[in-house]
Amino acid sequence: MKSLRLIALGAWLVAGTGIPAFAQAGADFSGVWQPRYHEDQPDRIPGPELTDYTGLPINDSARQYANSWDPSRLTLPEEQCRVHVSPYIYRGPLNLRIWEEKDPKTQDLIAIKHYSSTFEQTRTIWMDGRPHPGPNAPHTWMGFSTGRYDGDMLIVETTHLKKGWVRRNGVPMSDQAKMTEYMVRNGDVMTHIFVLVDPVYLTEPLVKSQEFVRSARELPAGTWLWVCDPVLEIADRPEGEVPAYIPGEHPFKDEYARRHQLPEIAVRGGAATMYPEFQEVMKKATMPPPLPKPQPGATRVTGAGQQQQSR
Amino acid sequence: MQTPLSRKARILSLAAALAVGAALAVGTAVAQQNQNFDNVQIDTVKVRDNVYMLVGAGGNTTVFTGSDGIMVVDTQFAPLSTKILNAIRAISDAPIRYVVNTHVHGDHIGGNEAISKAGRFRAGGNVVGDLGAAATATAVIIAHENVLKRLSADPAPGQPQVPFAAWPTETYITKRREFLFNGEAVQIIHEPDAHTDGDSAVFFRRSDVLATGDLFTTIMYPYIDVANGGTIDGYVDALNAIMDITVASNVNEGGTMVIPGHGRLSDEQDVVEYRNMTTIVRDRIKEYVKRGMTLEQVKAAKPTLDFDTRYGTDTGFWTTSMFVETIYKQMAEKYPPAKPAQSRNQQKGKSE
Repeated sequence: MKSLRLIALGAWLVAGTGIPAFAQAGADFSGVWQPRYHEDQPDRIPGPELTDYTGLPINDSARQYANSWDPSRLTLPEEQCRVHVSPYIYRGPLNLRIWEEKDPKTQDLIAIKHYSSTFEQTRTIWMDGRPHPGPNAPHTWMGFSTGRYDGDMLIVETTHLKKGWVRRNGVPMSDQAKMTEYMVRNGDVMTHIFVLVDPVYLTEPLVKSQEFVRSARELPAGTWLWVCDPVLEIADRPEGEVPAYIPGEHPFKDEYARRHQLPEIAVRGGAATMYPEFQEVMKKATMPPPLPKPQPGATRVTGAGQQQQSR
Repeated sequence: MQTPLSRKARILSLAAALAVGAALAVGTAVAQQNQNFDNVQIDTVKVRDNVYMLVGAGGNTTVFTGSDGIMVVDTQFAPLSTKILNAIRAISDAPIRYVVNTHVHGDHIGGNEAISKAGRFRAGGNVVGDLGAAATATAVIIAHENVLKRLSADPAPGQPQVPFAAWPTETYITKRREFLFNGEAVQIIHEPDAHTDGDSAVFFRRSDVLATGDLFTTIMYPYIDVANGGTIDGYVDALNAIMDITVASNVNEGGTMVIPGHGRLSDEQDVVEYRNMTTIVRDRIKEYVKRGMTLEQVKAAKPTLDFDTRYGTDTGFWTTSMFVETIYKQMAEKYPPAKPAQSRNQQKGKSE
């Protein structure tokens, strides 16, 4: 009789009666994970070339923002330690530690924690059914995340993000963006997919995926640290100056298209450039003149961050 | 120095107030008639243990509590006073000692009268002897001197005078006014000729919270209220001054918390983004002015395109077009285009 009462109580809890709806158990992602860069490697490791917006569903506002973005802005003391937002941080080099936090009394899953060595960011994915904060709450680099399981797949919704970027050459992500993530574990491989919706700078959702491999052992402590102390890098810069190009006057605005012999309509991005049909458009487009060949003996850095010696 | 409001400036100010249906100009009474506050709910956001942000329909209100009593920074619109007071009382039942106004606009001073009357100040000696209960019957209202000048000037045509009881009872004319309250240094810092000519930011030093008034918002382009002494250069300077006060963590997050005039709770990084935007737009238009471009040419160049989807609007009292025009006019005054050199024959009035 007693066991029947316990089962009834359990059913009542699961049915949802105002008691926090703890997520059902799914795959356990706990452990140390390291990314593999087979996907989008040039974008993620050496970094994108300036004015390369291919495959990004950006609008005109985002394009102008990126075309005006001067990398020298990152030398400002207030910009030197800026963190990659959570929709970007998983794309870069990082070590990722994941663990679960459980209620000691009930062993219910309260939260899943992600610690990223890059920028020493700790991210909390709440699994206890709590709502997202209201519109007046502060925004953070990692945002506010809640998760749930669909089978073994972890689905995470994130809001309250700070302004960041979707590509490391100045293509912006606004603080109005929201992200949905899907995490799946297949043995020691974790696939992480995110869908980013940004009403300010994107005309369609941006979808990216990346994979991580579980490390068999803990990493040295130092590999988990990211110490950033801003310093004055350009001593004679006038106070308050914000490096930026006048729209349309980016000194390298044609370089990417010319180097790779891509039409301007492709490199400027936009939703249409994401789809296979765009290849037909490209075939009909005018190609820009190629970059002049480097002088003999010159060292040239190519798009993938490799050096090439001209003969 | 404040220059007296011209008739034209007052009319412009009134037009702005009417157009917005109330929001930001001095003429509170007429503006309030156009706005229904019945459904406004006050959202109380805890910033620190003793500092709260109240978000309603006007500018954000800051509530600072402690053993000495309560300080209220900005009071939103008059019809919201009961709701604001209820929100304050839900935080603390300590006496309201101070009201601070960050600037002159009606959405920040509207509740001055009701909220100051709900409080009381301390006085003793011959002050009480001379004034009786009036010496302590209300909370002190502090603002920069220029706020009092604006409020006590003749109102714009069709606008009633802001009630005497809503005027600041104490003003300051220096760079800052500071005192100890609730065991903590409170610094009221004047930023000249920015949003208006009477702007103050209020820094709670131990709590590490800065209430900026409309020197920083998260919802719109900087409102340069020219009629009330605002300038774009002053606004940029004010944003940089805010960043001089705020200190973030080593990853540019948290640290000093910033309560904006409008919008969500922020930190230094949010101010950095807003400062960047304001500076970039100002500098573009300055460059265009130096190149001799007309206002129409500048607008056609879309100097705000990269920020319009975040801050821009084509309707309301402060459109993107007005933002660009205001900067253009102020830059054109500062950097007048060089007159083309005349040839010797032209100087002599001869044709070549």
